[in-house]
Amino acid sequence: MNAETSAWERRSAVRVVPPVRPRKLAKVPFVELADGRLQGVVSSGSDIERVYVSSFTAGTHAYSCSTNNNRPCGALPSGSSPCKHLHLLAAEAVLQYGVDRVARYLRVDVGDGASTGADLVDSMNGQVERAPAATVFSRFLRHLNYLEIPDTTTPIPEMHWFPALGAGR
Amino acid sequence: MLAVNLSELLDGPLHGVEEALDLVAGFDDALVHGLARLGEDRAAALSALAGAFAGSPLGVRAGEAAEKIAAGSVTDEHLSVLAGGRAALFGAVHDALLGRLDGALGRARAPWEASPSAASSGADNLLAGCRSWLHELAITGWRGVDHDLVSAADQTIEALLAVPGLRRTAVLLDGLAAELRASSPIATMERLPARRWADLWTRALLLSQPGGPAAAVPEPAATVSGRLLLLGVDVHEHGTAVQIQVHAVLEPADGGPARLVRASVAAPKVDTIVGPALWRLLQWHPVLLGALAEHRSLDITDQPILDSGDLVWHDDRAEAGEPADPFATARVLLGGALAPAVPPLDRHPVRISEPVLVEGYTAAADGGEVTFDLGGRPLAVDVERLPSCGPLTPELVAASTACIGLVRWDGGRWALQPLAVQATVKRKPVTAHNGDWALGPTDPKVMKAEAKAGDSVAVLRERAGRLLRR
Ligand SMILES: [Zn+2]
Repeated sequence: MNAETSAWERRSAVRVVPPVRPRKLAKVPFVELADGRLQGVVSSGSDIERVYVSSFTAGTHAYSCSTNNNRPCGALPSGSSPCKHLHLLAAEAVLQYGVDRVARYLRVDVGDGASTGADLVDSMNGQVERAPAATVFSRFLRHLNYLEIPDTTTPIPEMHWFPALGAGR
Repeated sequence: MLAVNLSELLDGPLHGVEEALDLVAGFDDALVHGLARLGEDRAAALSALAGAFAGSPLGVRAGEAAEKIAAGSVTDEHLSVLAGGRAALFGAVHDALLGRLDGALGRARAPWEASPSAASSGADNLLAGCRSWLHELAITGWRGVDHDLVSAADQTIEALLAVPGLRRTAVLLDGLAAELRASSPIATMERLPARRWADLWTRALLLSQPGGPAAAVPEPAATVSGRLLLLGVDVHEHGTAVQIQVHAVLEPADGGPARLVRASVAAPKVDTIVGPALWRLLQWHPVLLGALAEHRSLDITDQPILDSGDLVWHDDRAEAGEPADPFATARVLLGGALAPAVPPLDRHPVRISEPVLVEGYTAAADGGEVTFDLGGRPLAVDVERLPSCGPLTPELVAASTACIGLVRWDGGRWALQPLAVQATVKRKPVTAHNGDWALGPTDPKVMKAEAKAGDSVAVLRERAGRLLRR
């Protein structure tokens, strides 16, 4: 182990989670790399009350898209290629995390020069496979619930372990 | 801070600090590999940690805990005793460091006086849930943590977040869980934040002791009134929480000596809310944010204050005052202001954040590192620690001639965290403060980027309104 690594390991306030880059949230309000999948929630273009839950599985690159009520996405009959919701998910994931991090998580070999969600989708060759929409949708609701929790003016000394570090500079 | 202060800070050994940190490192290594399979070396490291307390009230229990854990019996009580030992070592390190810093700065500090009473949050079942997860983590070791073990904390964290008195525990566990999740698979991680995760684990275990002082909500000891002169704002952030901590000098209305105080606001958030949008999560405190953005003093009336020098901010008990330049406040008032006591549980080096004014230096940048040369002595400047919600950049800090910052200590060295700078850019004087964008960005380039990205807070609040309440 080199000296730099061992000094880093003996620090209290270091960055562990890579920074997330800002992006427009209107079309794809929720993206995450979790449970072995790139998964997220995509707004319907036509119906403001409806959202789609879309995902790519790491390793197999199987993909899935359905409404939050678990109805299959109409644009995704079996044997076809990824629908526009999946394309949007991949594009926004690349904006949020960077293409390298998403490719590493999904275990996709994107090759040099890949930079967009389309490059990522082109490098995968998976099949349609229904994934449970309910789990992802409830994780999205949990995510939204953070914005419903009131703020506090009682200090949280524990936050000294979490300094704001200039992201994206 | 002058050259002479810096020399006093940097020179001479800190007795016992190295030794204490070595004992801690042995314990931290045991947590990396898990207490279920300690092996001889790591068992010896636990006994060494316990041995540091021989002859103290903790001594016998710590020795027994180390012995039982080495023999394979890891109980809640044994873990809590060792966590208490680790925290006590850091308490001693903290005191040595802060004593050195206060001595170097000539800063007077109020003595600690325990509050008469504090209400316990009373959610013992939730705290038991925390302890049981922390217990599993310790047995498994960081290297063995997988998605299932991380996700096992989800429900507990969600329930904690709903209890205002347990916010500290909730925010801490949520931050730790997110790091473990993002680091998976941890078994193959090249380097592991061993000190940090053991810190967070220890802290969480102490906060989740049933009925203990750590689990109690602090009670304001008094209320204060007077003129508040802001020095700057420190920003803390993880994926699902943001906290601003405003450092200020209070001139009490009753004519007492000027004292250093802080005012904090913490809000839950999500990872996609970053940059200047963070301020919108704190918008219910417009008087405080306005004073930051407009560089004004504040007149406060009957604001509750904790023994730690933290105001429990009530925006309706504050009124915007006259324009007040934080650099003038720092030059005139900071040197003589009385610093607050540190509550026993908060004695950890990570919390040391003493406001200082540094000027008369030569800034030098070298491969992303910035150093202030102050009378021939180098002061490291932590330019990573510049929040994305404010205008400070490493370039601006490197071009600066005066800086208000917080003195911090981590990984064996002192460093300055800038809160505000006066700089010369293209032969023009420029001043920038972390809080300048508290009411929205003022830099046209940043305003344009914000407008283009849209209001992320509004988008998610709209989605929440539609989906959560139907
Ligand atoms: Zn679809």
